This record gives sequence, C-alpha cells and structure tokens, in this order.
Amino acid sequence: MPRDITLHVNGKSQTISADPEEPLLYILRAEFDLKGAKFGCGLQQCGACMVLEGNSAQPTCLRPCASFENTQITTLEGLAKSDKLHPIQQAFIETQAAQCGYCLNGMIISAVALLQKNSSPSDLEIREGLNQVLCRCGTHARFIKAVKLASEKINSEL
Amino acid sequence: MKDHLPTNESRRSFLKATGHLMIGFNLLPLSFCQTKAEQTEIPPYAGVPLRATIDNKLVDSWIRLDAAGHLTVLSGKQELGQGIKIALIQIAAEELDITPERCHIINSDTGQTPNEGFTAGSNSVEGSGSAIRQAAAEARQYLLKMAAQKWNIAPESLQVIDGTIKSPSGEKISYWELLDGKFIEEKISGEAPLKAPKNYKYVGQPLQRDDILKLVNGESHFVHDLKMPGMVHARILHPPSYQDKLQSIDLSEVKALPGVLKVIQNGSFLAIVAEREYQAIKARNLMEAAAVWDKKGIQVAQNQLLEDIQKESGQPEEVMASEGIEQIITSSALNHQAEYFRPYHMHASIGPSCAVALWEENLLTVWTATQGVYPVRNTLSDLFSIDAEKIRCIGVPGSGCYGHNGADDVSGEAALIAREMPGVHVRLQWMRDDEHKWEPYGTSMAFRLSAGIDSDGNLLAWDSAVWSDSHSTRPDGRAGSFVSARHLDPPIEFRKGGWSGGSHRNGVPEYTFKAKQLHLFDYQGPLRTSSLRGLGAYANTFAMECFLDELIRKSDNDPVAFRIKNLEDPRARAVLEELEKNTNWKSRAKTANNGFGIAYARYKNATSYFAVLAEVEIDRQAKNYRLKKLTGVIDSGLTINPDGLKNQTEGGMIQSASWTMMEEVNFDQNGVTSTDWNSYPILRMVDVPEVEVHIIDRPETKPMGAGEAAMGPVAAAIANAVFDATGSRIRNLPIKPEKIDWSKV
Repeated sequence: MPRDITLHVNGKSQTISADPEEPLLYILRAEFDLKGAKFGCGLQQCGACMVLEGNSAQPTCLRPCASFENTQITTLEGLAKSDKLHPIQQAFIETQAAQCGYCLNGMIISAVALLQKNSSPSDLEIREGLNQVLCRCGTHARFIKAVKLASEKINSEL
Repeated sequence: MKDHLPTNESRRSFLKATGHLMIGFNLLPLSFCQTKAEQTEIPPYAGVPLRATIDNKLVDSWIRLDAAGHLTVLSGKQELGQGIKIALIQIAAEELDITPERCHIINSDTGQTPNEGFTAGSNSVEGSGSAIRQAAAEARQYLLKMAAQKWNIAPESLQVIDGTIKSPSGEKISYWELLDGKFIEEKISGEAPLKAPKNYKYVGQPLQRDDILKLVNGESHFVHDLKMPGMVHARILHPPSYQDKLQSIDLSEVKALPGVLKVIQNGSFLAIVAEREYQAIKARNLMEAAAVWDKKGIQVAQNQLLEDIQKESGQPEEVMASEGIEQIITSSALNHQAEYFRPYHMHASIGPSCAVALWEENLLTVWTATQGVYPVRNTLSDLFSIDAEKIRCIGVPGSGCYGHNGADDVSGEAALIAREMPGVHVRLQWMRDDEHKWEPYGTSMAFRLSAGIDSDGNLLAWDSAVWSDSHSTRPDGRAGSFVSARHLDPPIEFRKGGWSGGSHRNGVPEYTFKAKQLHLFDYQGPLRTSSLRGLGAYANTFAMECFLDELIRKSDNDPVAFRIKNLEDPRARAVLEELEKNTNWKSRAKTANNGFGIAYARYKNATSYFAVLAEVEIDRQAKNYRLKKLTGVIDSGLTINPDGLKNQTEGGMIQSASWTMMEEVNFDQNGVTSTDWNSYPILRMVDVPEVEVHIIDRPETKPMGAGEAAMGPVAAAIANAVFDATGSRIRNLPIKPEKIDWSKV
C-alpha cells in the first residue's frame, strides 16, 4: 500500500506517496522527472540505473525506494554545481566519450564514486571501478581515457 | 504498398487541416538550441515550422534557412549514436559557408523529413550526406544569384563569410535577410558547383557532438525519456517461444491490480496498461504466472545446429560460378578445405526497446527509435489498414541498435495497445527478457571453403559454399514483419523476402585467385533473424580471412606480405602497409605466451578498407587467453569527422571482439534461454582490449560508410592470433578458451 516516503535527492528533500516496494528508478524518473538513470535490465546486471547513495554507486532498478529513505541520493543531474559541470562530465565531453550514450549515466556515476575513493586510479582500477556497467557500442576505451582526464583535472584543482 | 501520396500542396494542407502536423512539435531539442546560443552571439534557435516534405528533389526538403540566422538540415537518417548529426551538419555548413554553431538538424520524421528508407548499411554519409551536399550547394547558388541580381553584378564575384554574402565593392547581405524566412523550393539540379575539398574548413575536422552535453547532464534524449501529458505505461507479455499459442488465461486478478487501466488479449497477444510503470510491470508478472501456453518450443537442438544448417541445403543460388573449379583445386600443389561456423548473435541493446503511441480519432502518431520511419509507417498502414498519410512516425534516439533490433516491433505493439486507449499517449517499454528473446538475431551461418595454390605461390582457385538464413526481415510495408502481428487473432503471418545480398556480402575474395566461385544455400533456421551490423560480411570475412591465414601458414608466407602481394587495389594494399608500419609488424615481439593475427577486408567489397592486427596473451595455467590489443587502419575516402570515424571504428572493433570471443544465443526445446546478461554475457570493462585506430584520409575521393567495416576483420584477426599463440585453429565461433587444445600449447 502506498505511504509517505521522504527522499533526499540532489540536495533537496521531497515527500511523495508511493508503494514502498517500488524500485527507486521509477520514482526518480516519474515523480522527480530525472531521466538520467535508465532502465537497462531490472536485474542489477548492467548498471544503467546507477545513482550515488552517499559516495557509493548503487543500482536502483530493484531496490525498494523505501530503502533509500535515510540516505543522500545524487543523480547524474545533480553532479553539476551552479551550472559548472563536474570534472568527469567535462572530461566525457572533451574525450567525446559516447556513442549512443545509454550507458553514460552508469559510467559517469561509477566514475564519480571511483574518483571519490581514489583520485588517481590506475588503468586496471578504472576498469574495475566501471566494470558493473555494460556498454554495447564499444566506447570503453574512451571511458577509460575520460576517467583519466577527469582524475588529472581533479588533482590539478586540489 | 499502394502509393497514397496526394499532390504536394494537398498533402500539406491535409496534414495541416487535420492538425496532425502539430503533434509532438514540443519535441524540438530546446536545450540543444540554448546550448548553442550560449556559446556564440547567435540568436536563440526557435526551430523551424513544421512542413511536410514533398519531394526529395527540392532544396527545401533538406535545407531550411530561417529569418533569425540559423540553418536547419533535414535528414531521413536516424542518429543511432554513430554521430550522423554532426557529420551531416559539417557537410551542409561547408557547402553554404555557415559556421556549424548556426546549424541544427532534424532527423527522421515522416511529418517533415525526406524519405530515405532505412538508416542502415553504413549508407548515411554516402546517401544523406551526398543529398545534403547537393542541396546545400544548390541553395548557395540560388542565394548568390539573388544577391547578384539585387546588386546587378555577376554571382561569381561574390564571396560568403558565415552566411553573409559580400560584393567586391563592400555591399553585404546575409542569407537570412535575403530569404526572410521563405523556403527555397528550387529543384536540386545536381549542377550547382561543389566546393573543392582543398578549401574545406569544417569537413575533415573533429567537431564535437552536441548531444554528448545533453547526455552527461541526464537531459531527456531517448525515446525512453519522453514525457507526454497524461501518458500511461504499457507492458507486453510475449509467448514463451516463437510458435507457442495462448491456451487460456484468467485475467481477473490482473484486472483488479491497483493502477491497471486496461488488459488486452487478442489471440496470443497479451498486454497491460497501467498508470505507473511499476504497476504495469507487476501486472505483467502476474499475467505471466496466469498464462497457460500451448508450447511448440524449438525443434532443432542447439548442438545440432551446424548439421541442421548443412542438411537444409536445397538448390543453391549461384552467386558466382566457375566451371571446373573443384578440379582445379584438387589438382593444385597446395590445396585445402575447411568448414567454419557462426552461431546466432544478438544486437543486445543496453536499453530495451521502447515507443510511445497516440491514436487521435483516426490519426496515429508513433514516437519510435526505428531505423526507418517511412518503412515503419507503411507497415503500420498495412497493420491497421489505414492510409499511410494518417500515420506520423517521429524518430527519437533509442539505445544503440546496431541493426534491426526490437525498435520496430515495439512501435507496432505500442500502436496496437494505444488503439485500445484512444486519445492517450501510451508508452510501451520491453523488459530485458523481451529484448533478449524476441529481437531478430544475426543469423547463424556455415561455410565450406576450399582453395588451391600452385607451387610458385600463384593463387589458382577459391570456392565458397555459404549457408545462411535471412539478414533482412525489416518491416517493409507488410504487417507480418512486426513480431506481435503473428500473435494476433487472426495471425498475420510472416514471409521472409528473397533478398540474399546480405548473406554473401564479402563472400567472394578480393584476392587475385584466378577462379572464384560462391554457392549460397538458403537456411530456414529455428530462430528469428534480421540485420545485425555488417550482415553476412561479419562471418564471411571471419571465415575467409581465417582460411586465408591457414593457406598462408601452409605455404609458409607472411600474413601481411602475402595479402599485399595478392591484392590489386592500391588502397587495399595501403591499409595493410600502414598497419605494418604503425605496429612494427616485422619486429613484433613474439614470445611463447602471445600471438599476433592479421586480417583485412573491404566492406561489401566496395566501401571502406580496413586492416587490423590483434594481439593475444595466453595463460597456460588458467587455460585462458586475453585479447590485449587491436590496432586498425581504415580508409573511408574523404573523412567528414575524424573523431567520429575513430569512435565508430573503435566501437565496431570492441563489439566484434565481444561477439567473436564470447557470444552465442542459447536455446533449448522450450525456447531461447539467453534471457539476460548472465545468460548472454558480453564483454565487460575489465576484459576489453586496448584499441588504436589510424585513418588514411583521402579528401580527393568520395566518403564511404565506415560503421561496419571493422566487424569481420576483427573476428578473423582474433582467431588468427589465437592460432599464432596456441596452434589451435578455432573455426567455430565463439572462440572460447575451452575450445583451445591446451595439451598442445
């Protein structure tokens, strides 16, 4: 049965009436009109639906929205700060790291989580950090390049 | 299909009178426009008035100049992630001398863009690009004439800087001022002078795609992201397998679920409409549990597939015949025969197919990620027995499709469901298992190759027998092409077409064999098939370039030198020479634990040239191998956007590596068992090879399609590298490590 659920998304709190079992993904896309997170498989296999829960990249296609109630959620739309793109977003543009772009949400969210833990990841660490996310266009090499570039940007800002 | 096209003006007024033109006008990519305006002094872009296309021969069908200072290009080709938008903008901007920042593009909308069939076969730059180039040149000539008349001077004396025409005496007028929003309804004569490639400013530059900015910000971009007023959510329940029929279903519990608006049962076609997406998914799950099916399953066992293909021979098509070739081969000093096999492969789009449909009275609008809005419109027209003019198909990007995936089927299904919900936008999205089980796969194929070489190394004869199901079952105006039409009561059956070009694509070698022959056997396989990136070229090239490697090994030749020696086309030789140079082929560091493989093909024997080196490393202990690196060289003629070309080629290389090393659609007597990413794994980040792409740009030659060029050569190069490293010749895709004879490594 629906009940009031309070979610903290991109720095704002909003209370909605929802089925607590409904996966967060559908709530984000419908109630919050945030289209960054995508449905890919509904099975937590492809990573298209990732958001940041605190600093951790988490799939949203299966987990009930109620389980996110006391956490801070950041979506792709919440990465840019006062119109300034996050260094990872900037790096994806500079390296033109996209083909169809459907997986980009998962890749960018995973990259943000990775760089928050490790601002100078090796090639292998980047691959492992993004490994949950599937890309079918074969843009992987550019994603690696983009994360490296973002890492340089972040480290030069420190 | 009957052609219902009324006269030009009556068509426009029909669309206008019915209000049909206004549907979906809010789809103009506003953020895209704002982004451009922010970067420059150019006034904000408000889009162009919706205007039905009437004839591909008119400038106006391709090129629109508004009064504010923008160029809008119209193209019937869809953006699929291949970067076609920016490439076509570059072509138009170049001919008209307008900075690309002023340029916008509208793709694939039967309400306004030209009919260019399917976005397929790597044909967009060659087809749409060439038409847009001609139209832009015609527009430029027309505008220069207008200005020349105004100033009473010769048009040849005028120059253009960013859309502003200047006379030698200093007079100035812009395209936009000259036209003042009027359309250029001139015919494209094909005689307007085209800019010489040496003067190109934008073509050949790595201009950035605008859509990537949208994508990194999570803005609405895909058909999946569309939000319409009052939109409701649908899910479909496909049968467990192709031939299964619904025996019975008790829908009472489904109907009672919260949010459920409609339950549809028509024959074996089952669908659900709900207020919320999650409600629709829950209802689908319940429906799945309640449905009782009369199961026909699949009759062919997967491990018997190769035998089944070669058994179903029938009379072959003689694609190329050479009398007495068998005799030449058997009496050659070096003769060899081998059989190759390719399983079914999936497009495996990351986002499951999705469409939005709306019926308003007798007018249908479908927002679709199809590769062909006009063919889908014709097919919908057949499905509903209504005039095609009453249907508008608006192309919206989908998740990458790589050919004919579920995008068309879901469009047909959304329209079938929306018909039960008049006046309401219905959004249908497939679930993961719908996509995995119901998309039309790249067909399984088999090859029997034989060849003969004389004692001096002269190539005497090459004989191919190819077995293949169809590579082309796209919707073409017959409703049965939509998979769900076959489940309706009465069912609309499907007949595959007779076109076999996809099956023998790249089947005849370019190498200088004196005699060549190709026989094609039509296979009616157990799984649904259609166009997957490269069609038959992928497996034909895999088989051919591996078999050639066998001949090279047997005759103790060098894989690069042998190919260069036996190819006549200097551009073919050039990609191999460039590869040899860029990879230091001759001084490659061969060890006991690695292997190098070479392959080459000219896609369709007629477009882009591509040569590739694969390097693998083996782990004897783990009985495993790893694809370390792929280096490719591509010649696509004139390069429109070198970064876009590289991006697509890198993508093709990685995707082909995934098909080749790990992919095959699994099935058993109950149906397809590859239903998700665990049962149909694809290459993940930790396993992708390093990729490097070199371009040979040839500005003096025509641009050629490039997106499919890498698929076949990469497959063969990997197999050849595995042989080099292990001595195992894997002729049966995918090249899984367990197929390698590790006892002999």
